[in-house]
Amino acid sequence: MNMVLAKAEESFRFMTRLHLTELTGLKASTLKKMAAILKKVPGSCIYHHTHRFLQQHQHISPEPPNDFAYWVANILGEEELGERLASIDVVQFTTIRHLREKIIQTIENYLATHPLSSKRFAEAGDEFHFIKSVSFIIPTKYEVSDLVEFKDVLKKITADSIYFHIFESRLRLGKKENDFSNWFEHALRDKPLAGSIARLDPYTHTMEELREAIIRLIEKRIISNGKN
Amino acid sequence: MAKIDDYISITGQSTVDELRLLAEKLQGKVVQTINSTAVGGGVAEILNQMVPLLKELGVDTHWDLIKGGMEFFDVTKKIHNALHGRAENITQRDFDIFMETSQRNIEEVKIYGDIVFIHDPQPIGLIKKKSGNKWIWRCHVDVSSPDKKVWQFLHDFISQYDAAVFSAPSFSPVLPIRQFLISPSIDPLSDKNKELPVETIKEVQDKYGIVQDKPIITQISRFDRLKDPIGVIEAYRLVKKYIDCQLVLAGGTASDDPEGIEVFEEVKEQAKDDPDIHILMMPHNNIEVNALQRISTVILQKSLKEGFGLTVAEALWKSKPVVAANVGGIPLQVKHKYSGLLCHSVEGAAFAIKQLLNNPGYARKLGESGREHIKNNYLLTRHLRDYMLLFLSLYHGEDIVYL
Repeated sequence: MNMVLAKAEESFRFMTRLHLTELTGLKASTLKKMAAILKKVPGSCIYHHTHRFLQQHQHISPEPPNDFAYWVANILGEEELGERLASIDVVQFTTIRHLREKIIQTIENYLATHPLSSKRFAEAGDEFHFIKSVSFIIPTKYEVSDLVEFKDVLKKITADSIYFHIFESRLRLGKKENDFSNWFEHALRDKPLAGSIARLDPYTHTMEELREAIIRLIEKRIISNGKN
Repeated sequence: MAKIDDYISITGQSTVDELRLLAEKLQGKVVQTINSTAVGGGVAEILNQMVPLLKELGVDTHWDLIKGGMEFFDVTKKIHNALHGRAENITQRDFDIFMETSQRNIEEVKIYGDIVFIHDPQPIGLIKKKSGNKWIWRCHVDVSSPDKKVWQFLHDFISQYDAAVFSAPSFSPVLPIRQFLISPSIDPLSDKNKELPVETIKEVQDKYGIVQDKPIITQISRFDRLKDPIGVIEAYRLVKKYIDCQLVLAGGTASDDPEGIEVFEEVKEQAKDDPDIHILMMPHNNIEVNALQRISTVILQKSLKEGFGLTVAEALWKSKPVVAANVGGIPLQVKHKYSGLLCHSVEGAAFAIKQLLNNPGYARKLGESGREHIKNNYLLTRHLRDYMLLFLSLYHGEDIVYL
């Protein structure tokens, strides 16, 4: 069977997600205060600070992968805690609630074993400002039903669209799996391709690298299907 | 004036498609934007670019101005400085002048927008005309450490709006209304930022007697004490001890800034007769500003306070290495040692300039990273998108909105 032309049982509609940044007016100057505020801010706030860098730096990422880690290491000078926060494996979390708990627990555990760290504070102007993301989800005009069409659209859609299907849909909308893998597995019945995309750690790629990596995997799949 | 499709060559087709999608969602809404000046300063510049493009996208957008005399603008300048944290003697009489002019504008300015978009403190009093429509206050000023009396005076107006918009997270106060973070932007196709023919650049260089065989340090900004032009000259003198270079200080004044000429004279006095310091008053000559940025070896923005500091984005867009003060919205544009160098003092600025002049490879790398960062985050198309999302957010209170 030539799977290149295999049509999906259900087509895939590319969506895009545009975001507006909402300020909360809340700020922390110490680790204790940061942990306290983290317990009460909306989930959109946790989401914003663990994903902002992905959208701001689409080519080279100069910062640790979350704002908490950056502030703790660069403003408070707590490099060890900064590293622990930066290395939280966000891809393992399927809910914001669990991610929030992990961040708070990491800070509180560190404070318990490093009591002097609770004395450190950021100077006026260098506080951590809590911000949240408001997402607007919009269907695009692109709808595809096979791998070739999918790859062609993937080359031209915005980074926002890729971002939505890979990050936002999985974690923020609680779908557990990214939309692309989900469609490959359930509509195209291509479990190996679904798995290979699910195994990419999207948090260690820039958006453009991610686009290229997914396109490469699909192209490889198209070629191997063509040989079958 | 550029058309929306002209941006496709820079941002890609999909970005422009998204703008059209958003504009469709705003069909039937009238947006009325109001500020105090049509020319000079960053706000007027942004509105001159944004309003025609919003209209072209199909968003029914109108731009109105309030009126005010010299006395009113003297007071609003004081308010502006006090919001930036500068000590100002603001008297009850000043507040009275502000209220009297506000009252006249309340009587004269016709409000017809479904969404009324007010910029900065000057027209803030118009909120008294709110009646069932949506009102946004857009603050372009660095209010991270404002004078308390002035802030309280404005707070009473701000809290009546539906939403406020600030340019940097550090400006965000606790308010009883929703507040959004929207950074301003540059227009890559405007006279100030478009590519220029070599001959044009050469003409400008010759016109101002700037020589090519010495590095050129440039600060482009209004003649305003908050831009620290005197500090710029001091930094240049520290560099000049080791590297024979030139300094270009160029800018204009805004019609709502009565201090401009006074500061210009002070700066000329400070420069004395150093032939390598070029102090250029060039109001609204965007092609020349563009050319000056392009001939520069290093661009400096040594502000003491900054609403956002768009001259930094302009320089980075031209892949120029930048040394800039760590104030206002500048650290959003310059990630230290990645897309430029941040400084906190005259000495720090001088040291950073020397580093860049002595390491051209490093300087080039910073400039290139800076251009990418601006392309992704600070171009007009992103700004248009944010404003349309802002308008839509007035009708949606939730964090995830399906359009």
